Amino acid sequence: MLAGMTTNVVFGLLRLAILSAALTAANGEIADYDIAATNTYVWIGQGLLGFVLLWGNNELAERVRSGDVVVDLYRPWHLQGALLAQDIGRGGYAFLTRLAPPAVFGMLLFPFQFPENPVRWPLFLLSATIALVISFGVRFLVEISAFWLLDNRGLYGFWNVSSGLLCGLTVPISFFPEWARDALWMSPFPALLQAPIDVFLGHGNVGKLLLYQVFWAAVILAIGHFALQRAVRKVVVQGG
Amino acid sequence: MAEFIYPKLIGAKLRSQLAYRTSFAVDFVSQVLAQCYELIVILVLFSQINALGGFTRDEVLLMYAFAGAAFGVADLFAGQLDNLPTYIRTGSFDVLLMRPLGTLPQIMCSDIRLRRIGRITGAIAVMIYALTHVAIDWTPAKVVLTVLTPVAGAVIYSAVWVVACSICFWIVEGREFANAVTYGSNAFTSYPINVYSRPLRWAMAYVVPGAFVAYYPSLALLGKADPLGLPGWVGWTSPLVAALAATAAGLVWRFAVRHYRGTGS
Repeated sequence: MLAGMTTNVVFGLLRLAILSAALTAANGEIADYDIAATNTYVWIGQGLLGFVLLWGNNELAERVRSGDVVVDLYRPWHLQGALLAQDIGRGGYAFLTRLAPPAVFGMLLFPFQFPENPVRWPLFLLSATIALVISFGVRFLVEISAFWLLDNRGLYGFWNVSSGLLCGLTVPISFFPEWARDALWMSPFPALLQAPIDVFLGHGNVGKLLLYQVFWAAVILAIGHFALQRAVRKVVVQGG
Repeated sequence: MAEFIYPKLIGAKLRSQLAYRTSFAVDFVSQVLAQCYELIVILVLFSQINALGGFTRDEVLLMYAFAGAAFGVADLFAGQLDNLPTYIRTGSFDVLLMRPLGTLPQIMCSDIRLRRIGRITGAIAVMIYALTHVAIDWTPAKVVLTVLTPVAGAVIYSAVWVVACSICFWIVEGREFANAVTYGSNAFTSYPINVYSRPLRWAMAYVVPGAFVAYYPSLALLGKADPLGLPGWVGWTSPLVAALAATAAGLVWRFAVRHYRGTGS
């Protein structure tokens, strides 16, 4: 855990340095981000990364490949719901071990932009939790693609390399040219990281951001549900 | 005999990867993409600004390309060291020790992942673009430097990888520590080092000799003075730094392996 935290902080410092240098070159502000907002963005982002678990472990896909998934499927539960419950539980632990440390680190050592209105704190928690649900939903889709692909490592790798940029981890979405920004906000990806960060920073309309997140959470969970239903029909249990 | 074993081992690994063509193609493409995403980050930043730390977009792209190509090659050969904790935990490192070959080359040849060539391809494409778009006063020496830089960089990164992963002999699950240095230094070296704060710069540019992968050679090529005040000839010392780093890495590895204790059963 300590090792993970070190890596997290090192990457946070690197990202912060690049963005700060860019701010300096732009006379202190780019698209609503001054130095305090940038610090906040980086450290909340580094924390959320582990909280929403942007990069999963592809465990379910491995179980599909090995056939162990049969055991999961014949239990009297809704597999997606059960895994979601597990992931929310993991989130509770990750809140303390993954989200809080880099955020506190940033608050103590760098100029930090705290929410002006205290109601933003619970709203941020709500937004982060919805982000976790969407993140779970996307990871679930990537993992159950193994029912069709068998070896989903290509897709999994694809998600791992793409998600950082698409979700707004590496560069704030508002730094992008307008067409790219609009396109990204039409997609579910900013809902995983940029949206809760925006709620915290007070960028944009909170109500709109939360609605946007809830919409994508519902859509992605629904797609996962139907995809699993179809996938189960394909499963052939050999012997027993 | 030994000199014929490695080509055979590597050949076998490469053939086994090419056997699953679709999987290989997807992996290859995602590596090219990974490299592209870092490129997009630079382009997005430069859509908002004109210079970063006093360097133009194409100059930063040159550093990024050198770093990317060097890291890609290092990842190809040294990336396997990320599996070291598994070797140690399961005791399969014992097997490596019993064979009459060096432990380090055995691990390096254990899993050469061809898909990483995707990363290198992407980086070389950007390098060609950057080299043709920045102002360089070409001399024969600079041509040699351009060719040597990614090679020296790859050796430096590999040395960093070996040293960082050696920590796993003491802290078995030390891989994430190592990643902070290995993947971290790739992120670090893609940008001019004068943008970093002093402690970070000292740690990642000089202790871990990340500055010699891309930054100083690029300065020498561009004929620019170092904003941090080091003399111009420093840009030509990367091969020397690489040799020193490799020697140090070899010594650290030997020292670490002596501290290896099997898992017992």
